[in-house]
Amino acid sequence: MGMTVVEKILARASGRQSVRAGEVVEPRVDLAMSHENAALVINQFFEVYRDTGYEPRIWDPSRVAIIFDHRVPAESPKTASNQKKIREFVAKHAIRKFHDIRGDVGGICHQILPESGYVRPGFVVVGTDSHTTSHGALGAFSLGIGATEMASAWALGIAVNIEVPRTIKVNVTGTFLPFVGPKDLILRLIGELSAQGANFRVIEFHGETIRKMSTSGRLVICNMSVEAGATSGIVPADEETIRYLREESGVTDPVEPVLPDRDAVYEKAIGIDVSNLQPQIACPHTVDNVKPIDIVAGARVHQVVIGSCTNGRLDDLQMAAGIVRGNKVAQGTRMLVFPASGRIYQQALEQGLVADFMKAGAVVMNPGCGPCLGIHEGALGDGEVALSTTNRNFKGRMGNPNSEVYLCSPAVAAASALAGVITDPRKGG
Amino acid sequence: MAKVVLKLGDDISTDLIYPGRYMATVLPGETPQFAFADLTEFNAKLKAKQIPPGSFVVGGKNFGCGSSREQAVSTLKGHDLVIVAEDFARIFLQNSINLGLTLVTAPGLEAAEGDELEVSGNRLLNRSSGKSFATLELPKARQAIMDAGGLILYTRRRLLDMLHQSAR
Repeated sequence: MGMTVVEKILARASGRQSVRAGEVVEPRVDLAMSHENAALVINQFFEVYRDTGYEPRIWDPSRVAIIFDHRVPAESPKTASNQKKIREFVAKHAIRKFHDIRGDVGGICHQILPESGYVRPGFVVVGTDSHTTSHGALGAFSLGIGATEMASAWALGIAVNIEVPRTIKVNVTGTFLPFVGPKDLILRLIGELSAQGANFRVIEFHGETIRKMSTSGRLVICNMSVEAGATSGIVPADEETIRYLREESGVTDPVEPVLPDRDAVYEKAIGIDVSNLQPQIACPHTVDNVKPIDIVAGARVHQVVIGSCTNGRLDDLQMAAGIVRGNKVAQGTRMLVFPASGRIYQQALEQGLVADFMKAGAVVMNPGCGPCLGIHEGALGDGEVALSTTNRNFKGRMGNPNSEVYLCSPAVAAASALAGVITDPRKGG
Repeated sequence: MAKVVLKLGDDISTDLIYPGRYMATVLPGETPQFAFADLTEFNAKLKAKQIPPGSFVVGGKNFGCGSSREQAVSTLKGHDLVIVAEDFARIFLQNSINLGLTLVTAPGLEAAEGDELEVSGNRLLNRSSGKSFATLELPKARQAIMDAGGLILYTRRRLLDMLHQSAR
């Protein structure tokens, strides 16, 4: 019997010939990522070592990455002190994959990892962030874990007692209509699977639409796989993966794709034809409350957010800038743009996109998680409505339980910012 | 036996359990003050110590979905709450086992606020309604961590084994 991609990755990382869904394995960790919650990881790591008589030591500092993105620059003395504590730890333990608050190499962890070439096909990646599923876009098995589990990985270099997940195969065919893309695809899939439909499972993406999709788009669908509960999304590596790693991440060493066996065993298979897919909107207050845009078009929006680990990449900004260029954001609506990394911000500057946004009335913020999780900036007022390219719309997500968040693609967000109401980009404001 | 002090629906997210705006607070000793912060009345009762340890919070399907933030577990553990749900989101479940928060998985369970529940072997009894529900075991992959008393102690033991082996 053949293996899925993740079964193959876990077999190799556990030193076994083969593994099956349901078996318990202890894979070695290729990359262990944290953001500001490294403050808690450090605390738990010291707890592990307490009373052992040994000096705390990370199993392999070259495999640890720490990126500041959740609250940058710090919004409070507490955050600033946590960041300071992490900097001191990073220096002491010689962690080189550290991305501080910087305009050159800073940004959101789920953009920094791929663009820095830290993730390779076949890797086992763990991250103290649920959207660590993103890195499946490069053919890695990449999953979110808690801080104590990360402390355990820092000490042991393995992910302890992992149950090999079952895999759902999703086959995507057809060509997207104009102004429709990966975000609409993944919202549609989450609507179909529900918020729990892939809990404890991997979603493996296949089909001509995926093969033609850029790595940027693959990051969108893997990023949001967790919103269906998935342990990881994964796109088996191909020529595009290698192109991305060589051209955009500067990787020069050999890259070895891991592919599923032809007779791999899947829990189920789902087919999606995107040929007639309409722009999709996730309505308050769950990500699986997905509707085609016609149902919600015309709803008033007070804040439009473009950015995040889901949709803050250059192609997202190009799409949005193309729509707002020469137009004005509606009075009574504010538009916030967060490029996903310093590198993307610079590219957007060079291409004139930042000027397009600012002339239209948008505010372009520094790279970071921004208002996505309501802890830093861009909070909503009572009764206000946000339309956002981010990944979650749970009650209170944008900092106020008395507000609503709708999720959409960059094209829908930009068109809606001009109109002040949810607007189909194909129809204009 | 203890009372259901809070009854919630499906897909209870970590944003409801521990809102993102308190995420700068990370230490298990400090997170309990923000448990269900947006449910202001319930949060006030917790802070006033009006909720006895061992009380039940009942959810539906996919309890703890969303973020990997461990604060969502330490905040509940700090009040010694027991969480009963039809099922749990993966990361929340793992974090709970790692930190020793008691979870009860009971598909199809029916319970209202104020009901008296009792866990007995692999059954959950609702003393108020007289109904009884089968409970599911936690994943076998995690048994060793539970047996060790949590992931810190489990990792410490594994680490010492490793260090002693390499010293030999």
